[in-house]
Order: sequence, then C-alpha cells, then structure tokens
Amino acid sequence: MANRDTGKNRMRLSGLIKKEAYQIIRDPSAIGIAFLLPVILLLIFGYGVSLDAEHVPVGLVIEKQGPEVSQFISGFYRSEYFDPKIFPSIQEAERALMHREVVGIVWTRSNFARTLLNTSDAPIGVIVNGVDANQARIIEGYIMGVWINWLHQYARSKGVALQVPVNVKYRIWFNSAVRSRNFLVPGLIAVIMTLIGGMLTSMVVAREWERGTMEALLVTPVRKREIILGKTIPYFVLGMGGMAISVAMAIWVFNVPFRGSFWALSLSSGLFMLTAIGLGLIISVTAESQFVAGQIAIVITFLPAFMLSGFVFDIGSMPGPIQAVTHLVSARYFVSILQTLFLCGDIWPIFIINCLWLAGMALFFFVVIRKKFKKRLQ
Amino acid sequence: MFKRILALTIKEFIAILKNRKSRMVLILPPVAQIIVFGYAATFDLNHVGIGIYNEDTGIVSRDIIARFKGSKTFKIVKYISDDTQVAPLINLQKAIAVLHFHRNFSKEINTGRSADLQVILDGRNSNTALIALNYIQTIIADFNRQWSIEKQDMPPPAQLKVRSWFNRMLDSHWFFIPGIVALLTIVVTLEVTALSVAKEREAGTFDQLLVTPMTPFEILVGKSLPGMIIGTLEGTFIILVTVFWFDIPLRGNLLALYVGLFTFLLSAIGIGLMISSISVTQQQGLMGAFMFLVPAVVLSGFATPIANMPVLVQKLTLLNPMRYFLIIVRSVFLQGASFGLLWSQYVPMAVIGIISLAIAGSLFRKRLY
Repeated sequence: MANRDTGKNRMRLSGLIKKEAYQIIRDPSAIGIAFLLPVILLLIFGYGVSLDAEHVPVGLVIEKQGPEVSQFISGFYRSEYFDPKIFPSIQEAERALMHREVVGIVWTRSNFARTLLNTSDAPIGVIVNGVDANQARIIEGYIMGVWINWLHQYARSKGVALQVPVNVKYRIWFNSAVRSRNFLVPGLIAVIMTLIGGMLTSMVVAREWERGTMEALLVTPVRKREIILGKTIPYFVLGMGGMAISVAMAIWVFNVPFRGSFWALSLSSGLFMLTAIGLGLIISVTAESQFVAGQIAIVITFLPAFMLSGFVFDIGSMPGPIQAVTHLVSARYFVSILQTLFLCGDIWPIFIINCLWLAGMALFFFVVIRKKFKKRLQ
Repeated sequence: MFKRILALTIKEFIAILKNRKSRMVLILPPVAQIIVFGYAATFDLNHVGIGIYNEDTGIVSRDIIARFKGSKTFKIVKYISDDTQVAPLINLQKAIAVLHFHRNFSKEINTGRSADLQVILDGRNSNTALIALNYIQTIIADFNRQWSIEKQDMPPPAQLKVRSWFNRMLDSHWFFIPGIVALLTIVVTLEVTALSVAKEREAGTFDQLLVTPMTPFEILVGKSLPGMIIGTLEGTFIILVTVFWFDIPLRGNLLALYVGLFTFLLSAIGIGLMISSISVTQQQGLMGAFMFLVPAVVLSGFATPIANMPVLVQKLTLLNPMRYFLIIVRSVFLQGASFGLLWSQYVPMAVIGIISLAIAGSLFRKRLY
C-alpha cells in the first residue's frame, strides 16, 4: 500500500515537473532569462562597472613657467591616472570645471618659484569637483601622490633627502593589484541571480490562476506540497544552470581568481538559489494577478539587492537600523560568501554563518509559500 | 478627442489603482526605499574596525594610535601582540586593516629618521580598502605635518591647498541621495507602463480598444498620462524628502529640475510602453522591463562613474535616459545649475522619448494577430 502511494506521489510530481518543463521550452523567454540574461548582463557590467579612475581630465593653470613648475607638472603627464589639459587662466579652468569638462584643477601662481626658493610654504591650489565625493577623494589622493613624488625629486635636486617622520607602507591582501572588477563581478553574480530567480518564478502561480488552469489542477488528487515542488524544481535547475555560466564567466572571461573550493560554491549557490526562487514564489502566491506580481517583482527584487547587499556599498558603514534591514536581503549573505570564496578562499566561520542565514531564509520562505498557497476556491 | 483621451486616462488610473496590492506597491516601496537607500548609499567609512599591532613602547606610536581612536572613521576592535593574530582578524572581516608599529618606531622618529608604518588591508572589497587607506594616509599626513613643524622646524617647501567645490566636506550622501530621485522615479514609471499594454493584449481588451474610434496617438497619450502624473507626484515626494529629511542643498533652478524630470519621465514612459507593446505576454513584459531597468541603473553613473567604463560601453550609455537625468539632478542640487548648463542633457532624453513613443504607437496596430 505504502509503496504504491509513494509511487503515485512520485508520478504526480514528475508529471507536474514535466508539464512545467514543456511550458518552459515552449515559451522561450524563461530559457532566455536563465541562460542568456546572465551572459549579457555580466558582459556589460563586468566590463562597464569599475571604480578605478584612469585618465581623469584635470586642468592645469600655470601663471609663470619655470624649471620647478615644469618639473612638477611633468608628473601629471607621466601618470596614467591623469589626462592633463593646460588653461591660460584660472577663470577659464573654473568654467571648464562647471561644464564638467575637467574634474579637477591644479593651479600654480606666478610667485610659486620665488616662495619656493625661500623654502616657506609655496601654495599649490587644488580644486576638485566634489559632486561625486568618492571620485573627488580618489582624485585628491592621486594629486597628492604626484605632489609627494615631486617633493622628493625637488629635495634630491637640492642635494638633501626629504625627511618624512612616518612612511605608510601598505599591502592589500587578496587583491594586491586593487582591481575593483575582482570584487564587483562576484557581487554582480549575486545581484543578477536574485533578479533571475524573481523573474522566473514571480508569475508562474499567478499565471495559472489567471488562466484558470490552477482550478483544473485542483480537482486532481495532487497535493499542495507537490504543486510547490513542481514549481520549484524546474526553475531551480534552470537557475543553477545560469549560475554555473556566470561563475565560469567570472573565472575565465574576467579572470577573477577563484581561491575557494567548488563544493562550497555549489552548496552556497544552491541555498541562495532557493531563497531567490522562494522570493519569486512568495510574490506569485500573494499577488492575485500577473500584473501585480510583475509590479512587486520590479520593486522588491532588483533595487534591494543592488543597494543593500554590500555589492558596492559597505554594509559596515551603514547606520545600525539600516544594517538590520540588510539582513532581510538574501543577496547580502551570498555577496559575502562569493567575495570570500573568490578572493580569499574557504574561510569557514564566514561560510557557515552566511550559509545558515541563507538556509534559514529559504526555510522561512517556503513555509510562507505553503501557508499562503490556497488550494481552495473562494 | 480630449474627451476620449480623458476617458482612457481615467480607465487606466482605475486599472492601476483599483487593486489594493497594486496601490500599495506604487506608494509604500518608494517611501521606504528613499529612506533606507538614503542612509545605505555612501562610500564614506563610518566606525569600521581596525586592529593595532604595536611592538613599540615609545610615545610616538601612542600619539598616532590616539589619533585613530579619536577619528569617527575607525573603531579599534583589537590590540594584538604577534604576527599570527593578523590573518584571523582580517580573514574573518573583524577589521578592514591592521596597523603594525615595529619595535624601534618611536626611536627612529625621535632620532630624526623616517619610520615605516606597516598597514595590511582587506582587499576583498578593494574600493573600501582604498578609501580606508586614504583616511589612514590623511591621519598620518596630519601627524607628519605637525611633527615637522614642532620638532624639525622644517616644513616641506610647497603645500597643497585643496578645496572641493559644491560639496565642501565631500559627504558622499550628497552625491547618492539626489541620484535616488532618478532611481526610484524610473522604477515607478516602469511599474506603471511596462505591463500595461501586454496585460490588455493577454486579456484581449486591447483589440477592443483598437476597434474604437480612438487613434493610436490618442491611445498612446491615454496610456502615457498615468505614468506621467504618478511619476511627477512620486518624483516630487522624493525631492521633498531629499531636501527636508536629508538636508541636501537644492541650489539651482527648480524649474530646470522639473523640465529634467518631465523629459526623463517622457523617455522612461516611451521605453516602458515600447517594451509593453512588443511583448505578447506579461511574462515577456516583465522580462523586458528588467532587461531595460537593470542596465539602465547599473550603467547610469549612479554608483560607478561612466568615465571609468570602456569607450564602447560609454557610447552605449548615450542611449540611457537615466544617465542624463542623473547629471541634471546632481547639477541642479549641488552645482546650482540652471538651463544654460543643461541643454545637452534635455535634448537627448526628449529625442529618446519621442522615438520610443512613436515606435510604441506604431506597434499598437501592427501587433494585431
């Protein structure tokens, strides 16, 4: 008896999966979402998203030429960070700054060489466009680098060594070349997979209600659990396929080093995919129509994953209550796992804590789905 | 004609607002998100953990550590006493950086030599690492300057006098929060438009609409107006929160900002309706909305500058209306810009809007099958 029952159960479940699979194959948009979308998005973003400023247009104003000034200025031409442009007067340089043609101005006045010889503080004026505060700070740092180099050079030419009390010697672990792509690409995988999970499943239950096929399904002996599993498994497989493609691209197209183990990656990816699909299914069972489901999906999948996952904005610097809110975003845990697995290796405490959060969220999501799923007509 | 457009607009509003969930999705998330994202979006470090590994017993290292203790940027999470403790502190992300003062640190400085301060940084998020390094170097540079003046009486021959325009304290909230105006407006607009035609096609009511005396142009206007009105209202609300809750200075011409908002909405609605009329099912409409929304946000200059992108991708962003509107909001808010500086931003958005609306309108009839 019991054996026949499980046999029937399995048959019912595999029937549902088969039906969903046919639907996926016949409307190619799902396959497009799962396989094509990650490739396209990762290509555009992997190449497009970078925080490494190079060839920054900077305006130089030189009121009086001289050997000291040209020695200082040549530093800007040698540096790959700058794309210098000479302006005859500070007014014209300021206008260019207003029009966003340059993002910074370096200004040496006519009395520069004279005050320099008296070794009193010869001022070098620097103006940066502070609208993008982060870039402004980076550019300030670059300009400071040129200035310090020149100070050493100048001191040497005078036959003395420049004495700086404390020299900062730094090493950046895990990403010594400081390529921002190395941390942005793993983060992008988490953001893209959140979207894909949501897009794949947010409409699948609402669609059946709207078309009336759910009612047909309800008169069969099929169980709630089986319907949910039948909706989960095919999309899980699709999503994991997209995930595999994304990881392969990160490693072989973008040359992000992968220092962790593949089984840790697979386990955490699977857990994360469950939360992404779970979120989509929650949207689908709570919304009565595809229209509302689509609206909810647009609002709650992408932006929270983009803003609150730690993919670009450091969670540790957010105010306490906002940090608490980020715990509701499953991408947050996966970003942390991916950045660590890719750049650092298997760091077990980080891996286990984040996996536990993911597992807890997945469990919670599926409990909610089961509760909210109506196997009844009102 | 106006009567017909008005009737369709009212019908569209009812379709959007009659469902309680649909209403809530339009109103609640933008309100919650402007607040949450407003606080979340910053590159400024705030009490991030650092570790101190001090082998020096002198007074100079203590002076420097006190400067780190007094800074709002850092929080000293642990003092360690040997090499093996560095890796766990960094690996487990307890500290973004470890500062190592070697045994003769104070002695070398006191005898007039240079001493090295070793800094080890967690490069997993290399941007945060660089920002932290920048802050560390600023603190050390301050120390160096003061030390040279007090002890050596020999300041460097030239000084940089740095000023930053438009955002004197370089508070990155000032950069991101006006950007959120663009971010949330585009999301709301797509919500309203991207599924609106696809939904009617699926239900068959769009065919009925096409056999009425309404011209495609009238349908287009009727379908666009709700997005325009809702987008303007929500955009205004977000601008108010930006100014009055977050205290971001609004220095420029308000009219210039609203002309920007209008052209931005026009282009976003055009693209939304275009997506919607290409799609046969709502699932495809949703996919289309994401296919546009995600690249539009990521490649807009919202978080990472367009200037850092490869030239080809930079060219691609010329098709992105959000790119232009971001420049407008930020210029008007921080730079005090008015029309003169912004024409080059209005025109491309208006062109994108008109072309995409025309395509959407022409697809209304052709898609009848």
